[in-house]
Amino acid sequence: MIRTDSVSLQYGWGDSAHQVLQDITFTIKRGSSCAIIGPSGCGKTSLLFLLAGLRQPTEGHIIIEGDYRSGTILQNYGLFPWKTVRKNIGLGLTLKKTDKQRVEQRVGRLLEDMELTGFGDHFPSQLSGGMQQRVALARALAVDPDILYMDEPLSSLDALTRERLQNLILDIWQKNRLTPVLVTHSIEEAVFLGRQILIMSKNPGKIVQIVENTQAGDPDYRQQDSFFKLCNRVRAILREEENG
Amino acid sequence: MARKRDILIAGLVLLVLWEIAAILLDTMALPEPWAVAADLAVKVVSGSLIDDIAISGMRALLGLFFAVITAVPLGLLIGSEPPLRKTLSPFIYLLYPIPHVVLLPLVIILFGIGNTSKIFLISLIVFFQILVTARDAAKNVHQNYLYSMQTLDASHFQVYVHVILPATLPKILTAMRISIGTAVAILFFVESFATTRGLGYIIMDSWGQADYVALYTGISAMAILGFSLYLMLDRLERRICRWQNIH
Ligand SMILES: Nc1ncnc2c1ncn2[C@@H]1O[C@H](COP(=O)(O)OP(=O)(O)OP(=O)(O)O)[C@@H](O)[C@H]1O
Ligand SMILES: [Mg+2]
Repeated sequence: MIRTDSVSLQYGWGDSAHQVLQDITFTIKRGSSCAIIGPSGCGKTSLLFLLAGLRQPTEGHIIIEGDYRSGTILQNYGLFPWKTVRKNIGLGLTLKKTDKQRVEQRVGRLLEDMELTGFGDHFPSQLSGGMQQRVALARALAVDPDILYMDEPLSSLDALTRERLQNLILDIWQKNRLTPVLVTHSIEEAVFLGRQILIMSKNPGKIVQIVENTQAGDPDYRQQDSFFKLCNRVRAILREEENG
Repeated sequence: MARKRDILIAGLVLLVLWEIAAILLDTMALPEPWAVAADLAVKVVSGSLIDDIAISGMRALLGLFFAVITAVPLGLLIGSEPPLRKTLSPFIYLLYPIPHVVLLPLVIILFGIGNTSKIFLISLIVFFQILVTARDAAKNVHQNYLYSMQTLDASHFQVYVHVILPATLPKILTAMRISIGTAVAILFFVESFATTRGLGYIIMDSWGQADYVALYTGISAMAILGFSLYLMLDRLERRICRWQNIH
């Protein structure tokens, strides 16, 4: 279980202080999923950084219960250009001094899952944006995480590839019983993948509403009326916030 | 690296220009290239020049080697650790612009007049060039890479090995390339006294005897030495920075 308790975040001090997040409180159950959506600059990336432990909140607490491993995909994938695809994907395991052969096996498997077979010895700059995003996903998954933090992992993909990868994430979520936490700009993506949808507003970044979405997890959800209805509802909330 | 054929053409153009200048100026101080080439060939075949090239090459290489193995780790550390940077940067700021050759008398007192002081002086000067580059490159390593490492639970040491070193390597290699030019220049300086071996000595000695052909033979040998060091570095770069040359 991930729980945030009145979390605030401020960048800078004194005159240049800038309140980015204010009073963020929510809970994500283990094995559930969460999508975070809101206007650009509302603090989604900042919030994910706090959850992933890359920054500390100025106020409040973040509690993650139990033993867990996390995998993280940063907004711009954060791949290392000097490492081959294979080395990038296996890095998390290599750093843990995992047996070489086991790393190779795991990486080979992930290359297959991500439809990247044959690209293992390429460098990231030789891949398209979509392929790089899949490498980033593979790298985060390589360590068998319990929580998967993703910051717009599928932006810059064409619509069909995007849906295919959404299905892939859904698949991984269901099969591996992990907890995806996903930042996205796409309403459809949030509704398809977020069992819980955090809708944020900006200046300072606050949670406007937490939408429960029990149907998320169903691979055929996209074709159902309830899907369109919920998309429209989320759209309405976002629009209302934007117009003040 | 420029293509082999282009380098060959450039070399020929330079030789032609040299020949033209030699004919036009018609002075003993600029012998014609073929005369120098003949002298060079004779001395290489007889082996008399090989020793000097080897000894100069060894001094330059060791000088570069010691500079690199000390300046790179220290530079990366200073660039990456803010407290260290704060403490040490003012010292570098003050020490870097000093022409370190002026320390020669002190170096000789400390290390004698043998190879040690020659190598030390080359190291010292090249050290600062590489130190400053490594520090600045490490400081500018993109924060995202460091965050990525943090999400993978990397240790401090692992961050250096997997991110900071490879990210800064292209810049460090560029600094080393500049350092080769510097090292050869200092080589000439430190070999112009207290030694009877090395290309710098040959050049000074030939000059003293007004043997201009031998003088240019020495200069050519030095150019060849510098060029070989360049080639070695290029090879090294293509091996370890493969990711940079794939576009
Ligand atoms: N390191 C930082 N220092 C100072 N301010 C920052 C820093 N990082 C982000 N900010 C500010 O915090 C606010 C929120 O940024 P953040 O990146 O979290 O937004 P976001 O919701 O992820 O935006 P986007 O959808 O465009 O990715 C912005 O106003 C940004 O300028
Ligand atoms: Mg963001």
